[in-house]
Amino acid sequence: MAQRAGIVAVAQTKYHPNRADVNEAELAYEAIKQVLEETGLTLSDIDSVVTCCQDAWDGRTIASLNLQHVVGAHFGHEFTVAEDGINAAYVAMSQVLSGDHETVLVESHMKESQGEKSLIENAGFDAILMRQLGLDFTSAAALQARRYMDKYGITPEQCAKAVVRNHGNAKNNPFAQGPMDITVDDVLGSEMLVSPIRLLDAKPISDGACVMIVATEEKAKKLARKPVWITGVSNCYETHYLGDRELADCDALVKAAMRAYSMAGIKDPLSEIDVAEISTEYSYQEPLWMEGLGFCGRGEGGKLADSRSIEMGGQLPVNPSGGVLPGNPNGVAGMARIAEAVLQLRGEAGARQVKGAKVGLAHGYTGICGQHQAVMILANV
Amino acid sequence: MAGRVAIVGVGQTHHTTRRNDVNMAEMVGEAVRAALADAQLSIKDIEAFIFSNMEAFEGVLLPDHGMVAEVGAVGKPGLKVTGGGTTGSEAVGEGCHMISAGLYDITMVVSWQKHDCGDATAGISAAAVPTFAKGMVTGAVSEFAKQALSYMKESGAKEEHAAMVRLKADRGACRNPYSHLKLGLGSIDEVLQSPYLVWPIRLYDFCPQSCGACVIILASEKRAKKIHKKPVWVADFVVVHQEPFRAGSFGDPTGTETYSQHVACERLYKRNGITNVRKQVDLAEIYEPSTWEEMSLYEHFYFCEKNEGWKLIEKGVTDIEGDFPVNCSGGVIASNPIGATPVIRIAEAALQIRGDAGEHQATRDIKTAIATALGGPNWTAMFLLKRSL
Repeated sequence: MAQRAGIVAVAQTKYHPNRADVNEAELAYEAIKQVLEETGLTLSDIDSVVTCCQDAWDGRTIASLNLQHVVGAHFGHEFTVAEDGINAAYVAMSQVLSGDHETVLVESHMKESQGEKSLIENAGFDAILMRQLGLDFTSAAALQARRYMDKYGITPEQCAKAVVRNHGNAKNNPFAQGPMDITVDDVLGSEMLVSPIRLLDAKPISDGACVMIVATEEKAKKLARKPVWITGVSNCYETHYLGDRELADCDALVKAAMRAYSMAGIKDPLSEIDVAEISTEYSYQEPLWMEGLGFCGRGEGGKLADSRSIEMGGQLPVNPSGGVLPGNPNGVAGMARIAEAVLQLRGEAGARQVKGAKVGLAHGYTGICGQHQAVMILANV
Repeated sequence: MAGRVAIVGVGQTHHTTRRNDVNMAEMVGEAVRAALADAQLSIKDIEAFIFSNMEAFEGVLLPDHGMVAEVGAVGKPGLKVTGGGTTGSEAVGEGCHMISAGLYDITMVVSWQKHDCGDATAGISAAAVPTFAKGMVTGAVSEFAKQALSYMKESGAKEEHAAMVRLKADRGACRNPYSHLKLGLGSIDEVLQSPYLVWPIRLYDFCPQSCGACVIILASEKRAKKIHKKPVWVADFVVVHQEPFRAGSFGDPTGTETYSQHVACERLYKRNGITNVRKQVDLAEIYEPSTWEEMSLYEHFYFCEKNEGWKLIEKGVTDIEGDFPVNCSGGVIASNPIGATPVIRIAEAALQIRGDAGEHQATRDIKTAIATALGGPNWTAMFLLKRSL
């Protein structure tokens, strides 16, 4: 790449179980307002917009119709991405590097509270062979959890530890929905949703928005106090049918991560990355995704989760923000991971700051058992 | 665009009312294979995929996820864009961005709609503002009836002119092997005998709900010339969306609204030194949901003066043999698989530039073409394609 794309500003709403007080546009604008104030830009300075939303969740055909006025798309250039918002940032990066646009606003919102999760997710399964089984993303995740735990001997306690650590970290994050003082016993004693996934193993329903501005290198240096650069990014699809996949080995994530690392020149992620923010809607995903990201070997995610190296102060702190488990809406979750990594690399993460962080990783996924995976590498130099 | 991008392969399915013989993925696979054959590439050569579909019409969440194996995208990068009638343009636009950004050399745009799995009118009605407009919107026909009425009143066009647009489209469609409606109409009277849907829109004035897919393969300059002996260059494109509360502006009885088409033209024409589009561009494939809208779009895209769109039709200027052919393919009123419709416009314009459109090839030599899309509350996308840059 001759040029680099820079992240100029990021903003999140506080995540909340039910924002019945606002519609999608009002929710998004809470975050949009912050990035405009921080950069001194107005909506007319934005020359392209990338939104991220899904018609099924917003309950409206062409969901981005909700947003045109608050994102500045009136007579403007706007694309909508259906996958998790981390991919919207990827699209913004491509627009900036293509030379077509200089300043791109990226918006992602979701009000899970107003949708019927199980019903909407069921529409994501093959209509002929799978929908009638009554599957939703949680019951499919349970199949993946069971397969992963059986194949590699990952224990419910190891998964529960991930929940405790993430909720603990969330206490330092002012945007977090559900920071909680919980113990491994609390998790293991919580209501069973779909075996082996218990209530506290899963993220709760959540509403919120995340917004950022991505710009050309030149613009970013002018607009941002501390620009953060996108140095590597990739995404990857896995096949759809659960029976065709080895659910215990997340191949799409392995590929997406390898490509992003190669672009960023990273050879040993565990030692070269200073902070990682990864999307885990269910507890078993933390050890599994860490394997996919190459933080450890296959089947060793449980051991890594047990060790102190991913805690605050460890070799590679994972989810200082608390991540997705305490509550982040799907679609927003991966983009919020970028926002958190950016705050870390700017040294503005407050009580959750990883000291001297220079290189960060953000991860997001979309679909059934992480069928679509995306990884972004960020750096502050 | 920083890096030049060319269309090196196009493929479509036959567009039709029902495809009971295939599911969505199998239907899309047909277009993927056709595009690969056209480009003489293997699926292994494709580096990234951009999907385009309006998921509300079939009621499938993340429909790209269900077809990655059939498309050949397993293990590959990609994403889906969504966003009304202009979705396909955004997908092609993003396919271009990915290449001109230097991220990939070859991308594939996969677009489709399988309307037999759902209902477009119900889907479009769900685009209304949920809090106070639900139940007030009845799909696209009523919107375009308002447009037709206001166009009729302002321009002096008659129903006969709308009928002429259908006759022109039908002549193209009957020559185009992929078209959905091949009505074989012979006279204006035959069109005028079709029933009204919402006055003054007749059944034959409006687009059908089609099942179909269209795939375009894009390549960087470095690779394009080696892949296809007739690459078609994406010289430029614009996408102009607008705020829905300002809409109703498919037709504007107040005469005070700005049209997204005018904004798009101002940007695209100015950037490319186009001062007289009829002289500097050879052909257009436009997204016309109705016969009336086609005449109106001629004016909005400055193919003629205001209130003279119907005169172009009357004089045969936009016929396949005319000076400025528009929609030789039969256009949207002949085939409309919505997620794919803008992509078909671009693919058809590319075939015309290559001289590969077969029976519906324009009579005059086509070196430069415009392909447009229309969606949402009158959103516009425009692509400028060229034989050489």
